[in-house]
Amino acid sequence: MGNPNVGKSVVFSRLTGANVIASNYPGTTVDFSKGKMRLDGEHVEIIDAPGTYSLEPTNKAEEVALEMLKEADVVINVVNATNLERNLYSTLELLERDIPVVIALNIWDETQHLGIHIDKKELEKILGVPVVPTVALTGEGIKELVSQIKNAKTNDKIKLTSEEGRWVEIGSIIKKVEQLEHRHHSIKDIISDLTIKPITGLPIAVGIVFFAFWLVRLIGENLIAYVFDPIFYNLYLPLIENLSEWIGGPGLVHTLLIGEYGKEIVFEESLGMLTTGLYVPIAMVMPYIMAFYFMLSILEDTGYMPRLATLVDNIFHKLGMHGHGIVPVFLGLGCNVPGALSTRTLETRKQRFISATLLAIAVPCMAQTAMVFGILGPYGMYYIGLVFLTLAILYIIMGLILNRVVKGESPEIFLEIPPYRRPSFKTTLKKTWMRVRWFLKEAIPFLFLGVVAINLLYYVGFLGWLGDVLSPVMYGLFGLPGDASIAMVVGFLRKDLAVGMLIPLGMSPLQLVVAATMLTVYFPCVATFVVLLRELGIKDMIKSVAIMVSTAAVVGFILRIILLGW
Amino acid sequence: MDQQGIFLSNVPNNKRARIVNIQGGAGLVRKLQVMGIRKGQEIKIVSKQPFRGPLTIEVCGSQMTLGRGMTRKILVEVI
Repeated sequence: MGNPNVGKSVVFSRLTGANVIASNYPGTTVDFSKGKMRLDGEHVEIIDAPGTYSLEPTNKAEEVALEMLKEADVVINVVNATNLERNLYSTLELLERDIPVVIALNIWDETQHLGIHIDKKELEKILGVPVVPTVALTGEGIKELVSQIKNAKTNDKIKLTSEEGRWVEIGSIIKKVEQLEHRHHSIKDIISDLTIKPITGLPIAVGIVFFAFWLVRLIGENLIAYVFDPIFYNLYLPLIENLSEWIGGPGLVHTLLIGEYGKEIVFEESLGMLTTGLYVPIAMVMPYIMAFYFMLSILEDTGYMPRLATLVDNIFHKLGMHGHGIVPVFLGLGCNVPGALSTRTLETRKQRFISATLLAIAVPCMAQTAMVFGILGPYGMYYIGLVFLTLAILYIIMGLILNRVVKGESPEIFLEIPPYRRPSFKTTLKKTWMRVRWFLKEAIPFLFLGVVAINLLYYVGFLGWLGDVLSPVMYGLFGLPGDASIAMVVGFLRKDLAVGMLIPLGMSPLQLVVAATMLTVYFPCVATFVVLLRELGIKDMIKSVAIMVSTAAVVGFILRIILLGW
Repeated sequence: MDQQGIFLSNVPNNKRARIVNIQGGAGLVRKLQVMGIRKGQEIKIVSKQPFRGPLTIEVCGSQMTLGRGMTRKILVEVI
């Protein structure tokens, strides 16, 4: 346990060898992870708890941490050595409880650069528990920490006191163990100042975001052109053609696996499990997901995100959240699921509800974005811009409305700004891979199932019937062909697939804009839906879905009038 | 030391100040305290966002961003 952003997750992964995500901003761990390690020949379970500033919880993540504490036999208290004064508060709270503690004095290496001298022996004496200096990022001190776990003690001298009492005590401890050297403004401080002062910070932020997305596109396109497409077209396509011959004729098997028999195999449109079902998620979407999370990891690990949160706080405050609300948006642009999970770091129900609903409505995941580029790209950037502009306007308008309508409090921003750190290439790659794997685990099964379900529903004639029934609505309200409703139904399973299904309908670019926008807005994919249901509860989720569906209808209608005319 | 002071929100950029009082409920006071923002503590204003946006301050060797409303509950004296 310990304060947010002190490196608990890194210590945890050092102890257990498990893969966990760590970022240079508070609140990355919103749920706990469990891992095992061997200690003197015995297996022990280690839990990585979300960060807490104190043992009196102020948000959901902190509540999770407290629950963990109740079951623990020993607490490894990870403390930020560069900020001992503040970190000791929860340490004292821990020591007041009847639970053995060992302290990891983490980020030890930076104390030297910062001119902080800590008398470790003295601290050990005062607190009465083992204190081990560690540098979790490099693994320094971790062995020592492990060997000290069995020496973890409770402290009988420290009695339950008031908050005031704790602060007095911390003051006297700091006086005894810590010495500060004066230090000069470093280049890091200057960059830090430039990126948080509004006059320089805002232009820099715009620049960084544009550069980041330009980079994502560049990396993504190159991965597709030079890695994934060659693999699929040169190696994989011949295999599938052989398989098609081997099956030898039309029928359910051929339709399910490859697509309609006799037609040329087109990876984007054939709708077979082994053709579209594999090609869309792996060759069209995954390269962008890889590029996106690589870029995001760098932004996170340097510590830029809290600065961005500070700069955009004003806007987000008017939408009923605060600056930290940018984090779900950014994560959601990759895949909505981690975005939905990160809404937990917002403090109140109102903030979480608004953030989650807006995420589902107006934040397209990389799968959708890639498909929107795919279907509208040939017609020009104007149409793509139209979709994203509509979504951005929608995010703001819906936020303004929800802020007024949803009851509850929306507290102000209160966020720690960590010092800049140079991201390590290895951790960045590892983190990117973990998030990509996450996407594969979630997306592939749903796409497979989606393709199977669609094919079966087609086969029995259900989708054709549905298309006919909804066709007056689709055409009358939104100016779209009736078959677009099939794509909408498929969108429940996978958005990327649904956008792909719009291709063969022969719509005009403007019709495609309407359809693609509605597809994004009206409902999240099943995976996101499940997570949101868990986060919001069934009652709020029903409300949220009602908002999504009605927004989609209204937006579709308005777009139709503006773009297609009456 | 008198209990007067000015609001933290009125301290100009780059100035240092000492907190003389926090006018707020027990919840707010505790929330600020665990981050090291408490009576007697020295702080420095790092930046102020326009249009009543949040303030970033330096306290206890780390930086914090606080909403404008909160900074109107913190009374300080410029030093």
